[in-house]
Amino acid sequence: MEPAAAKLIGAGLATIALAGVGVGIGNIFGNYVAGALRNPAAAPQVFGNVLLGFALTEAIALFALVIAMLLLFVF
Amino acid sequence: MAGETTGTETIGGTAGAVQGAIEHGGGAHNPLEQFQIKRLIPIHIGDLDLSFTNSALFMLIAVALITLFLTYAMRSRALIPGRLQSMAELSYEFVANMIRENVGSEGRRYFPFIFTLFMFILFGNVLGMFPFTFTFTSHIIVTFALAAVVFIGVTVIGFVRHGATFLKLFVPSGVPPFLLPLLVVIEVLSYLTRPISLSVRLFANMMAGHTMLKVFGGFVVALGFLGGWAPLAFVVALTGLEIGIAFLQAYVFTILTCIYLNDAIHLHH
Repeated sequence: MEPAAAKLIGAGLATIALAGVGVGIGNIFGNYVAGALRNPAAAPQVFGNVLLGFALTEAIALFALVIAMLLLFVF
Repeated sequence: MAGETTGTETIGGTAGAVQGAIEHGGGAHNPLEQFQIKRLIPIHIGDLDLSFTNSALFMLIAVALITLFLTYAMRSRALIPGRLQSMAELSYEFVANMIRENVGSEGRRYFPFIFTLFMFILFGNVLGMFPFTFTFTSHIIVTFALAAVVFIGVTVIGFVRHGATFLKLFVPSGVPPFLLPLLVVIEVLSYLTRPISLSVRLFANMMAGHTMLKVFGGFVVALGFLGGWAPLAFVVALTGLEIGIAFLQAYVFTILTCIYLNDAIHLHH
């Protein structure tokens, strides 16, 4: 296989990480909404944690992006 | 491809390689051009390149803005704060609360450092949202330097406070003895990857956001006057999101610093 083609395929494969991140972000907000409906009074207290969890999960997607960028442009 | 870097003024491996690669890939519009570091005042000492770059310029602007904002807002020291003074007090309270909740009263002596860190990253991120500015937090070397300071500082604090017992941090309590060797290795590895994940998180968020804005900006130009409205609306929404991300990432960086500091001070495990 040509190295250029392998590079493109590798970068494409790196985006599979998005599947896990999608599940993770869905989990965070889904559970937040479920919890907030059960106990609306406690919802504002945990919203900071929700955002923190969202940012940490989103960062995983960006690690994959960094890998894809490295594959495409550095090697 | 990486070897074909063109811009002679470009510093830095990845950005230069990306720049070169994109230019050779064709297309007039380059979404990664905004991350290019330019020498504004070339300074060379021996083999060292200590040039004053646009990155350094915007760091200086951020520091100047923070100093101006805090000193100007607090000049009256009114008992009932005005709008500006409220903003300054709000940012102070925000960080102070974060430290109180995550580290406790022993974290108070580290407040100046954590407040400086928060304001520097926040102003760097928000400054980058203005058109024609440079986002210094979108460069891994900047964020890695910040994260390395946090990592080394926290480790030193841990050893100074606890001596050799600080190493207990790597030994989780309440696990079966035969699992311990494996878990200690995992704990040490996860401790050592902290500066990397901390810095890559901030840098990747900033870089991805700004690249995305430029890519959609390119769509607006490509689709012209008739079709460009849809991507333009998207760009407006994305800009709002990016301003939120700018705050959120400064918050995340700071709160993780607090959590690491808490680990070093209280040895939770």
